[in-house]
Amino acid sequence: MYRIALKMLVGDRGKYLGLVMGLTFAALLITQQSSIFTGLMTRTYSFINDLSQPDIWVMDPKVQFIDDVKPLQDTQLLRVRGVTGVEWAVPLYKGLLKARLEDGNFQIVNVLGLDDSTLVGGPPVMLRGKLADLRTQDSIIVNDVGAATRLAKKPAQPGGRPIPLDVGDVLEINDRRAVVVGICRVSRTFQSQPVIYTTYNRATTFAPRERKLLSFVLVKAADGVDPGKLAQRISDNTGLAAYTARQFKDLTFDFYMKNTGIPINFGIAVMLGFLIGTAIAGQTFYNFTLENLRYFGTLKAMGTTNGVLLRMIVLQALLVGIQGFGLGIGGAALFGYLMRGTQLAFRLVPEILLLAGGAILLIVVFSALISIRKVMKLEPAIVFKM
Amino acid sequence: MSTNGIAVSLTGVTKAYGSGSSRVQALRGVNLEVHLGELLMLVGPSGCGKTTLISVVAAILDHDDGEIKVFDRVLKSMSQVEKTRFRGTHLGFVFQAYNLIPTLTVAENVAIPLLILGTRRARALKRAGDILEAVGLGDKLGVLPAALSGGQQQRVAIARALVNDPRLIVCDEPTSALDAETGRLVMDVLRRSALSEERALIIVTHDNRIFSFADRIARMDDGRIILVEPQVATS
Repeated sequence: MYRIALKMLVGDRGKYLGLVMGLTFAALLITQQSSIFTGLMTRTYSFINDLSQPDIWVMDPKVQFIDDVKPLQDTQLLRVRGVTGVEWAVPLYKGLLKARLEDGNFQIVNVLGLDDSTLVGGPPVMLRGKLADLRTQDSIIVNDVGAATRLAKKPAQPGGRPIPLDVGDVLEINDRRAVVVGICRVSRTFQSQPVIYTTYNRATTFAPRERKLLSFVLVKAADGVDPGKLAQRISDNTGLAAYTARQFKDLTFDFYMKNTGIPINFGIAVMLGFLIGTAIAGQTFYNFTLENLRYFGTLKAMGTTNGVLLRMIVLQALLVGIQGFGLGIGGAALFGYLMRGTQLAFRLVPEILLLAGGAILLIVVFSALISIRKVMKLEPAIVFKM
Repeated sequence: MSTNGIAVSLTGVTKAYGSGSSRVQALRGVNLEVHLGELLMLVGPSGCGKTTLISVVAAILDHDDGEIKVFDRVLKSMSQVEKTRFRGTHLGFVFQAYNLIPTLTVAENVAIPLLILGTRRARALKRAGDILEAVGLGDKLGVLPAALSGGQQQRVAIARALVNDPRLIVCDEPTSALDAETGRLVMDVLRRSALSEERALIIVTHDNRIFSFADRIARMDDGRIILVEPQVATS
């Protein structure tokens, strides 16, 4: 009987394709928009991810997220180093500065100043040059995307492709000479400015003159010390805010969730996908059942129980649900793959597959329920009137 | 199993639809017997209760009062699940509009009653092929119903009604959508293939061209059997 159910469904090509397409569209929209949302939100704390060495980030208590830098006095570094359980603590400068390009244009860049002696906090992947090259005079390391786009040099011929910034090229940051000694790869950030690494002391010379220039103190917990407890101790002893990397990511994530329109914009798109999918699939499936009511009635008259009919309808709904889900997430994955070289934030994680799967399941359950109700209440005697 | 040669007996059967001022009394105390080996036609004007009568006899509609026995089983005493199983094992149906599932092949349509009973697919299709052969459609097993003429579709429906070897076949206007010659052909198939000493047929019809195929004709009017007569000549 289940084969009959499938043939009843697949045989009606128009409705079958309509159902699968409706569910595909819903799964595609839900998966794609959720993946872009996840990609964007991941970018908000990608810089914290890239710095894997420190356990704890120490900052001004008023800091709300990673890019909300409220500088500290350099002496705070020494206070943090004095807290029991700290293996090491190093300074980090983070700030947006103006870089003057070869053609005279200016570009805002995200400058990171690493501890001069240890260079803790360097880029995760070096494509050209070495991190240690930062110890040479006026040196900077530029991320590959920034070097190839916003910091790229003018094309050799008009209309040609810009020439990526490379090792040996020179920039001016706040009127100071900066020589590119390496090209690195970093995770894309939310603000998407070029990222420039240099040493802490050099960064403070690039930065406009201010009394406080220390952005963060990066801390490693000693062996056997719980980072969470150590963060609390640093906070208690210094009056500064100290977060584990996980806590700082959450703080940043929560800030963007609460203070930007990102969640509501993407939430609306995801909800729209769900509602459109429900409307199309629910309506089409119900129409399919209505048009087949005579045959369901015939089957009932010939001795098919309500239980078998129920399972037939559930099977039909599950088939189109699985197909729509598969095509939808396949389409979303293909979209993500095709856009991999662009600035689009796209991150398809297993949780999104679960979300899309759950949404499609809800849609097909709803569609099946309204149809099942109709068939269960069907009087088999109706077959003599049709 | 009937031991007295009576397939169906109705005593004082009533059935009403609706309630209050919209109540319609469809059956008003019907008494009737249908014998094994008999083809009984139910005739009468539209709205006289013919379809309601075969619906209650076929256990697809509950009657209000009176007693219906089908092969000595009292329908009123059966649960809905028992009635469903009873229909699957004892009854065959032929509908005016054939009710063949358009996306299934002819053989698959015919095999449905066996599949409902849990027969293996291959065996059900084999049996369907044999029955289709018997009704002259052995070369149409793999085609879809839409590719057949009306008369051929009704013969498929007859094959479907016969495939599980039911002991009672109820037919609702089996020839009303067919021309006279095709109607006679279908009735010939029905009578030749379906009727046996162990089986009874009840046919609801308006079509006086096929009255000659009946063993008896029960005339209904206003929810009552007003006359039961042996076969009459067609007018």
